[in-house]
Amino acid sequence: MTDQLHEPQLALHVEDLTVSYDGKPALWDIDIDVPPGVMAAIVGPNGAGKSTFIKSVLGLVKPTAGHVTIFGRPYGTQRRKVGYVPQRSSVDWDFPTTALDVVTMGLYGRLGWLRRPGRAERETALRALEQVKMQDFATRQISQLSGGQQQRVFLARALVQDADIYFLDEPMAGVDATTERAVVAILHRLREEGKTLIVVHHDLQTVKSYFDWMVILNVRPIAQGRVSEVYTADNLRRAYGGQIALIEREAFGADAANAAGSGEHG
Amino acid sequence: MLDLLSDYTIQTVAMGAALLGVSSGVLGCFAVLRRQSLLGDTLSHAALPGVCLGFLVAGTRDLGSILAGALVTGAAAALVVLALTRLSRLKTDAALGVALSVSFALGVVLLTYIQGTGNASQGGLNSFLFGQAAAILRSDLWIMGGIAAASLALVAALWKEFKLVSFDPGFATSLGLPVVVIEITMTVMVALAVVIGLQMVGVVLMTAMIVAPAVAARQWTRRLGSMVVLSAVFGTVAGVAGATLSATARGLSTGPLIVLAISAIVFVSLLLSPERGLLWEMARRWRDRRSLRGRQVLTTLHAMAAEHGDRSYPAELGSLDTYHGTDTRRVLARLEQRGLVRPVTHAPETTPHWELTPSGHVEARRLAADIEGHQ
Repeated sequence: MTDQLHEPQLALHVEDLTVSYDGKPALWDIDIDVPPGVMAAIVGPNGAGKSTFIKSVLGLVKPTAGHVTIFGRPYGTQRRKVGYVPQRSSVDWDFPTTALDVVTMGLYGRLGWLRRPGRAERETALRALEQVKMQDFATRQISQLSGGQQQRVFLARALVQDADIYFLDEPMAGVDATTERAVVAILHRLREEGKTLIVVHHDLQTVKSYFDWMVILNVRPIAQGRVSEVYTADNLRRAYGGQIALIEREAFGADAANAAGSGEHG
Repeated sequence: MLDLLSDYTIQTVAMGAALLGVSSGVLGCFAVLRRQSLLGDTLSHAALPGVCLGFLVAGTRDLGSILAGALVTGAAAALVVLALTRLSRLKTDAALGVALSVSFALGVVLLTYIQGTGNASQGGLNSFLFGQAAAILRSDLWIMGGIAAASLALVAALWKEFKLVSFDPGFATSLGLPVVVIEITMTVMVALAVVIGLQMVGVVLMTAMIVAPAVAARQWTRRLGSMVVLSAVFGTVAGVAGATLSATARGLSTGPLIVLAISAIVFVSLLLSPERGLLWEMARRWRDRRSLRGRQVLTTLHAMAAEHGDRSYPAELGSLDTYHGTDTRRVLARLEQRGLVRPVTHAPETTPHWELTPSGHVEARRLAADIEGHQ
């Protein structure tokens, strides 16, 4: 069989994706394309299916219809090119393990069955911890880390995956300002290295300064494209509906003050 | 004591108990960390109908067929739980409860039926309820040992996969691991641990041997590897202690003795373990409260000195006590030891007075700065 590529020019190509829970659609007939080398925010109101979107792309949730390709091939054959940062609250942080050990887990896919992580894997994991400035906490039990530190450990685990496209589920949720700055700096560096980043994000205020691509989602895709084109009051109103009074004050009120500061990436 | 160790029955019992302790200790860790402690309870109760069916099929009290039966009905119960949670609106705990009670009821009916047939070889079948270590034969050890060795080898071979799936199944799926297969394997291993312990502990209390060693071990360590080893050690110690006690004092059921032994270990662990233990927690709280009171008295003295514009203002003990609503004498004595306050006299009064030393002033100002820094 010849290796047929489907939309290979796109880092992520999602076509007709539908996901339902108990007969209720969480995502309905989604077409989303993300070009390589961008940092894309997935935004939308609560229950819009943002996390479900990432989970169905990664195969954690079975879609009822549609297909997904990553750099032109189905996800199953492209796992080595994909990195994943789940929501921090999705695991039990009282699990008896250390920060270094959690980071090493990012290498398990590459190690394969029966092989144990050795010195090389340990070195790789330590370097990743250094990148997120957590090297001093390598042997710390993970329950003793603060929320922001736990988030950085998760980020380090994705870094050792050395992927081309990263999916991050709310990496800035419930972390302090220092961690948020550190996380954004790392994500920007990855983008400069040519990686594609797809980030579920909850804070509309920071979308313009952090991201260059965005997808507005509310069960259906509302709008997608460059932040400069998509981030409009009209699009946000269509996604957020009644909450828009709050949104406008939050997203555009702050904007007027630093209008000059926006759109600095490109 | 040496007599005891050289006794053939005791040796057999102790070896069986050790096998049980190691396997349930190791396999139980994964069940506890995956919050599936109750699954062990359901699997062990579901083993009873299997024990009876195995006996009916084989016609004798052959351990091989009895354990095979136990494994089959245990697995069936696990499947029923899975089907109930997937297909109905029952939550896991309710599904486990349903499967447990139905299969145990079935088992007891079968057991009483067999006893009613008057089959001569059925004697001792009801020892599977509470366990009877003395009934274990040397040949049984081979079967138990084989199962234990196989499941421990599996844990060693799939160590990193088991760890990752227990910790973060979502991430494991994204890496392409067959998470469902690994979860089923871990569940089957709990069933295997139950099967190993059936004769020794019995179906009713077997779950304690799955849960208790892991819970106790978790208190003492921060790593999965050492938790598993420690859990195996705890399981073995409790198993051997309970089984030998029961084998020497005839008539005492083995299962309850083993469970009492492991419960003692759990109790001590919950109480005494560093960082996670209750006593440790209490000590930490007491230390915090003590240092807090010291800081309060220090700041009060500093404030009084500032108010009177006199750095060596002598504060009367009575006024300090009144201000803090408690006896401050011991707090002041501790502060004096640290060189932060000193007792003074303030004529014509004869009551005890205290003033801040220069280093006491420095410390009080540092505390005040700390508080402002936080605001």
